[in-house]
Amino acid sequence: MIKTDVVIIGAGPTGLFCAHQLGIIGLKCEIVDNLDKIGGQCIELYPDKPIYDIPAVPECTGEELTNNLIEQIRPFNFNFHLSDRVQELKNENDKWIVKTLNGKEFETPNVVIAGGVGSFEPRKFPTKSTEKYDGKSVLYSIKDKTIFKDKSVVIFGGGDSALDWAIELSNSSKVTLVHRRDEFRGAPASVQKIKELSDNKTIDLITKYSIKDVKGNGSLESVEIKSESGESKVIKADYVLGFFGLIMQLGPIAEWGLNLDKKTIPVNTENFETNKKGIFAIGDICTYPGKLKLILSGFHEGALAARGCFKYARPDEKYRFEFTTASSTIKDRLGVKE
Amino acid sequence: MAKIKYIEFNGTEHEAEVANGLSVMEGAIQNDIPGIDADCGGGMSCATCHVYINDNEWLKKLPEKEMGEDDMLDQAYEPKSNSRLSCQLIVSDDLNGLTVHMPEKQV
Repeated sequence: MIKTDVVIIGAGPTGLFCAHQLGIIGLKCEIVDNLDKIGGQCIELYPDKPIYDIPAVPECTGEELTNNLIEQIRPFNFNFHLSDRVQELKNENDKWIVKTLNGKEFETPNVVIAGGVGSFEPRKFPTKSTEKYDGKSVLYSIKDKTIFKDKSVVIFGGGDSALDWAIELSNSSKVTLVHRRDEFRGAPASVQKIKELSDNKTIDLITKYSIKDVKGNGSLESVEIKSESGESKVIKADYVLGFFGLIMQLGPIAEWGLNLDKKTIPVNTENFETNKKGIFAIGDICTYPGKLKLILSGFHEGALAARGCFKYARPDEKYRFEFTTASSTIKDRLGVKE
Repeated sequence: MAKIKYIEFNGTEHEAEVANGLSVMEGAIQNDIPGIDADCGGGMSCATCHVYINDNEWLKKLPEKEMGEDDMLDQAYEPKSNSRLSCQLIVSDDLNGLTVHMPEKQV
C-alpha cells in the first residue's frame, strides 16, 4: 500500500501540470497512466503536430510540450506508474483506496482524474465472432513474435504497425495483409517494401476487403473477408492480427459512482471537485458551463484542484498563497539555489 | 445556414438547422443528436464522428477529402467508400438538404 497526498489518473499535460502545482504547495502525488509513456493525447495522437495556443509559447509540438512539463516537475521526483490503469476506487475511513489493474494499491485523501477522454485501448474488430479468440489467436498487439513461426497469419490494417509486422513476420510465417483501400498510411519505405514482397509472392496482399467473420472449431481455422460489393473470400488463419490504432474508452471511470454527462464529469469551478468528496476532475474529462477543451484550461483547472486537495491532505494547516518568484519555501521545494 | 438530416443506424431521423462555418459534426453535438461521439473535438484525430453519405450526388458534391481524412477513416468502425468524417464537412448554404447516415457505432 502506497500512502500519498494525491493520486493523479492520467499523465497528459493537465495531469502533469497539476502535479507541478501540488509540488509547489508541498504535497506528494503518484501518477498512473494506461499508456507506456508520459504525455497522454499529446504524445499518442500528435507528437509531431504543432500547437499554437499555449500561452507564451508561440509554437511547440506535442512531444516538446510533454518534455517541458516533465522537466518542470523533475525537482519533485514524483513516481509514475505507466502501462497501468486505475480499476477501483473505494472509500474507507475518509480515505480513498485506489487499486490498479497491475495490483498496485494506494491510500490517499485525494484523487485527481485527468484522464482526457478515457484510456487508450486498441481498436478491435467489429465482428462479434472474433471475441472468443481475443487474446489467444485474435490479437491487437504483439508481445512474443515467436508464436507465429511457420503459422498462417492474417494482418488487417494500413498503418505502420500493420505494415511493419507484415514485413517482419513474412520472414518466418505465411502472411496475408488485408486493407480496406489501395492506399496505405504507413511510411513510404514500408509501403514500397510491402509492394515488393507482394510482387515476389512472399506475402499475399489483398486490398479493398475487410473482415467478415472468423471460423474455427476450438482453435481458429480461417477468416472470411468481404469486399464492399459483397464478394467474400476465406483465408486459412492460425492468427488474425488487427492494427486499427487506438481509441479512447472511459472504462472503469464510469463505474465509480461519479455523476456523468455523456462521457464527461461535471465539476464545480471553485476547485474542480466532483460529486464525491476528494475526487477531482480536470482537463478534457471535466465539464462545467463554458468549458473549453484547451490545454491552457486544463492547466488552470489543475492549479485550482491542487489547492482543493490541500484542504484534505493537510486538514490542520492553513493554505497560504505564495508566488514562486518570491517564496523561499517554494524555491527550496524546487531545489533552487539562491 | 443549412438544414442537415442525421439518420441514426436504427433509422431514427433528426433534422437540424446548422449555421454556416460550423461542421456537420458540431451541428450534431450542439443539437444533442446521438450517434456522433467526436471524442477529439474536431481535430481529425479520432474517427468517432464517422458518417456515411449514401446519396451519390451529394458524395460527389461535397468538398474532397483532405490529406489525413482517409488515414483516419481506416481506423473508423466499418468504413466504406462513402465514409466521411463529419468534422471535416464545413456547413455552408451549399450543404442545405444534406443527409448523413450514422454507423452502427463509433468505436
